[in-house]
Amino acid sequence: MSRRALRGAVLPMLLLAAWEGASRTGLADPRLLPSPEAVAAAAWHGATGGGLPGHLAISICRDLAGFALGAAAGLPFGFLLGLSRVARTLLGPGFDAVRQIAVFAWIPLIAMWFGIGETAKIVFIAIAAFAPVALNTAEGVRSASRDLLEVGAVFRFTRAQRIRRIFLPGALPSILTGVHLGLINAWLATIGAEYFMTAGSGIGGLVIEGRDRFDMAQVMLGVLLLATTGFAFNAIAAAGEKRLLRWRRV
Amino acid sequence: MPLQGGVIAISGLVKRFRVDGAELTALGGVDLWIAPGEFLTVVGASGCGKSTLLRLIAGLEHADAGVLSHDGAPIAGPSLARGLVFQEPRLFPWLTVAQNVAVGLENAPLSRAEKALAVAEHLTLVGLSAFARAWPHQLSGGMAQRVAIARGLVNRPDVLLLDEPFGALDMLTRARLQDELRAIQQRAGATTVFVTHDVDEAAYLGDRVVVLAPRPGRIREIVDVKLPARRDRADPRLAGVRERVLRALGEDPGYPRPALVADAAWRRPATLAPAAVLQ
Ligand SMILES: Nc1ncnc2c1ncn2[C@@H]1O[C@H](COP(=O)(O)OP(=O)(O)OP(=O)(O)O)[C@@H](O)[C@H]1O
Ligand SMILES: [Mg+2]
Repeated sequence: MSRRALRGAVLPMLLLAAWEGASRTGLADPRLLPSPEAVAAAAWHGATGGGLPGHLAISICRDLAGFALGAAAGLPFGFLLGLSRVARTLLGPGFDAVRQIAVFAWIPLIAMWFGIGETAKIVFIAIAAFAPVALNTAEGVRSASRDLLEVGAVFRFTRAQRIRRIFLPGALPSILTGVHLGLINAWLATIGAEYFMTAGSGIGGLVIEGRDRFDMAQVMLGVLLLATTGFAFNAIAAAGEKRLLRWRRV
Repeated sequence: MPLQGGVIAISGLVKRFRVDGAELTALGGVDLWIAPGEFLTVVGASGCGKSTLLRLIAGLEHADAGVLSHDGAPIAGPSLARGLVFQEPRLFPWLTVAQNVAVGLENAPLSRAEKALAVAEHLTLVGLSAFARAWPHQLSGGMAQRVAIARGLVNRPDVLLLDEPFGALDMLTRARLQDELRAIQQRAGATTVFVTHDVDEAAYLGDRVVVLAPRPGRIREIVDVKLPARRDRADPRLAGVRERVLRALGEDPGYPRPALVADAAWRRPATLAPAAVLQ
């Protein structure tokens, strides 16, 4: 493990030790803060017979479906805003206004339109992923190098060549930032959807269920899983970015 | 040899820019006829409109007045028949060196294999075969400029426009590339317009040397070199050409003519040696 990764592990380790200490000394009420052992036992139980992997898979699939939908809409929309001045004047202000609505403010509307089933959750996640992808794509496309566009003009690039050769790669760093943010947003929205549009399944559903049964070990386990999964998404996105942007000076 | 193509005719060419609300005449009436297969070099002080002239011939800028034509057809925009090597390398940072050269063939009617061959040949020409797979950020300034030269040459345009292409190169590489360029130009018969700050280079390469005067940019003199295509750097006649170009550059039109003195800010001290002006 690299030195940096080791340093990054210091804080979580300290927290774990403090948690362990608080449980052992009886400083914390075990009904409110279960011991690490209790959480580990809940994890073991969940993994072997309690359907924990299934819940995790459901959350991740839901997250990815919503993210894919949002990104698939956000990319072309961002390109349109970035490439066309007309689109910018027509759609830009509206988009900026809608963007001001906090993602969670959509929940009542979505619940009215789509209910609280799977469709509603995925639509909600898609909305959360859409904005950062669209915004950063538009920004990246707009800041395309005029110098390189002139080179393209000299070599008679077609519109498609301009997009493939100049706009797309030039905007890639920005697009990837948007995708990265979209991924994070989508995961937050997944948790939110599972908390607020409760229909049982998924890690978020597990947490809510644990709360209702006052099973703090399950709640704790769920929260830890949500955090770890988010962390993993983040790490995967960062690694993908690095690989796709090899041409950049590091 | 394709001696028929590549005539550039320019008459009454005026180009203005708006800078900070004020009108700036970058080119104030340029007339020039460039013969097919001619190697024309252009010298002039910084800011006298050399790049602007090339960009107009390339079709990247539109004239405010006057006419430009290529083989009789008015120049309305860029064409694959006219290649431009910009003053800066302008490489695509996300493409390797070889891919950057291949950009010059993006729309050439060649097979994949033919393109690869042409790219390899031109990388060898500029001495960068070993860097085919390098990223632009891994190159020095001179190397990047050589990639840009290869990209400009690879498509074999009828008219080749080069904007100070050898400015960032060391003396030896520069001398070698001057000879290579001259040889290519002889072989392909491409009409070449070559902008430079270096009077020696202008005299050594050019069939004619166009001396531009600044503010507004216009032709002060065209020096006919009248030397054979194969030249010797030590040829004493080259010294005579240099002398004439330097003299043309050194003339300051503002001084003897009071009518122009109103705008005194741009006058240079008469003591400044012409050679120094160029550096
Ligand atoms: N896009 C532009 N907008 C405004 N002014 C411009 C523009 N391009 C050129 N100019 C002006 O036109 C004049 C001529 O510029 P140009 O780049 O042609 O000079 P140059 O002879 O190539 O100089 P150098 O030797 O330094 O490259 C300059 O005064 C410059 O400020
Ligand atoms: Mg210039």
